[in-house]
Amino acid sequence: MEALLFERDTILAAFWMTVRLTAISALGSLALGTVLTAMRVAPLASLRGAASAYVSVARNTPLTLVLLFTGLGIGANLGVELSDDIATNNFWLAVIGLTAYTSAFVCEALRSGLNTVPVGQAEAARSLGLGFVKTLRLITLPQAFRAVVAPLGSILIALTKNTTIALVVGVSEASVRMREMIETYGDQVIEIFLGFAAGFVLLCLPMGLLFGWLSKRMAVAR
Amino acid sequence: MSFANLYEAPGPRGIRRNRVLAAVVALALLAVAYVVYVRFDQKEQWAADKWLPLLRGDVWATFILPGLAGTLGAAVAGVVLAGLFGIIFATARMSDHRWIRGPAAMVVEFFRAVPLLLLIFFAFFGSFVLIGVNISAFAAVVFGLTLYNGSVIAEIIRSGVQSLPKGQREAAYAVGMRKGQVMRLVLLPQALRAMTPVLVSQFIVLLKDSALGLIVGYDELVDRGLNGIAANFSNVIPAAILIAAIFILINLSLDRLAHRLGVSGRP
Repeated sequence: MEALLFERDTILAAFWMTVRLTAISALGSLALGTVLTAMRVAPLASLRGAASAYVSVARNTPLTLVLLFTGLGIGANLGVELSDDIATNNFWLAVIGLTAYTSAFVCEALRSGLNTVPVGQAEAARSLGLGFVKTLRLITLPQAFRAVVAPLGSILIALTKNTTIALVVGVSEASVRMREMIETYGDQVIEIFLGFAAGFVLLCLPMGLLFGWLSKRMAVAR
Repeated sequence: MSFANLYEAPGPRGIRRNRVLAAVVALALLAVAYVVYVRFDQKEQWAADKWLPLLRGDVWATFILPGLAGTLGAAVAGVVLAGLFGIIFATARMSDHRWIRGPAAMVVEFFRAVPLLLLIFFAFFGSFVLIGVNISAFAAVVFGLTLYNGSVIAEIIRSGVQSLPKGQREAAYAVGMRKGQVMRLVLLPQALRAMTPVLVSQFIVLLKDSALGLIVGYDELVDRGLNGIAANFSNVIPAAILIAAIFILINLSLDRLAHRLGVSGRP
């Protein structure tokens, strides 16, 4: 217990990194996932094909491999530099990897949300003369979003836990700090583990409650 | 489901416009592909000597097949143990006794909320202090996979049992079965059957998660393939593409299996 108290500043800094990774990747995945969903239902076969190929590749590759690919492949091998500072560079590489992976799951959730929107909604929109983009943007996607609040919440919680894997691109977040602390304070392994586990529970529990509440509140009454 | 109701069947003008748009999209995708190609080409990642090693028998024998064996070994052990864990804790969570139900619920909720990597670190780096021996990386990975995925599977099974019509349980009690028999003979078999597609997707997650083993030095496919092959032939990109392709192939076939089971498995 002393170790956790003694190191509380470094632990909080590590969790702050976890929170930042989660927040930025979540926004990125939501945007990219929405674009991918629009592509998957588009009238153009080439767009549909590209999006569904992307989703099945990203969903079926281990996140460890995705992140190693962004770190070793895009970062070290191709020499893509997003910042002069190596820590910032690694951070953005991790965000790219997490976003690329998570957006595929957002796309799957949203697509199943579109399935719940009654056919009549899109037909009514078309009968008013709305085109594909307007039908999607004004009529069907907003209803789809409201239907999938709960699954999006689970994806966000999974993303929060997945940020621990960012250590393979050299981002020092909570899991790195926990490993270092287990090595330094070998006599307090259980306390350290429970402390870090509690940190994640504290992050994820409010998210679960919030999204559960939101999903009830935003549900489309039919 | 088709989403063709989102747009009108295009008329003559629409068909022309769609053709133009399709050409634009194809050009844009080609442009992206070209940029990627040039980038890789500058680093000579397309050179034949970076790809040819991937076709050699000895490379497969030293790196890819042992790595695949490691991945599948951890995944199979994980699936079996997580399945057992899931059945036991799902049953415990539906127990009539509060002193069984409560702790089981706490265990399941706790392990679902903790990142898998922390569980693996806890087992791997903490084992010496806790039980006096250093456990192998394999044991640490399987430990993590079992507890995390087992908890998720417990919830899947529980929701499967709860989705069954109430009459099933009542009928089983009416013919004189005991609690254990009702669960074992009537509810669990139907729940497992109804939940097969979800369970298989969770097994895919488990297989992908086994790649976390490389962080604690477990010999699996990503480690052998990416670090092993790339260290010898400095071909990170080709090696990563090959490893990803192997994972995608395995997972897509499992996915297809799940789909088929889902269609034909319903009573």
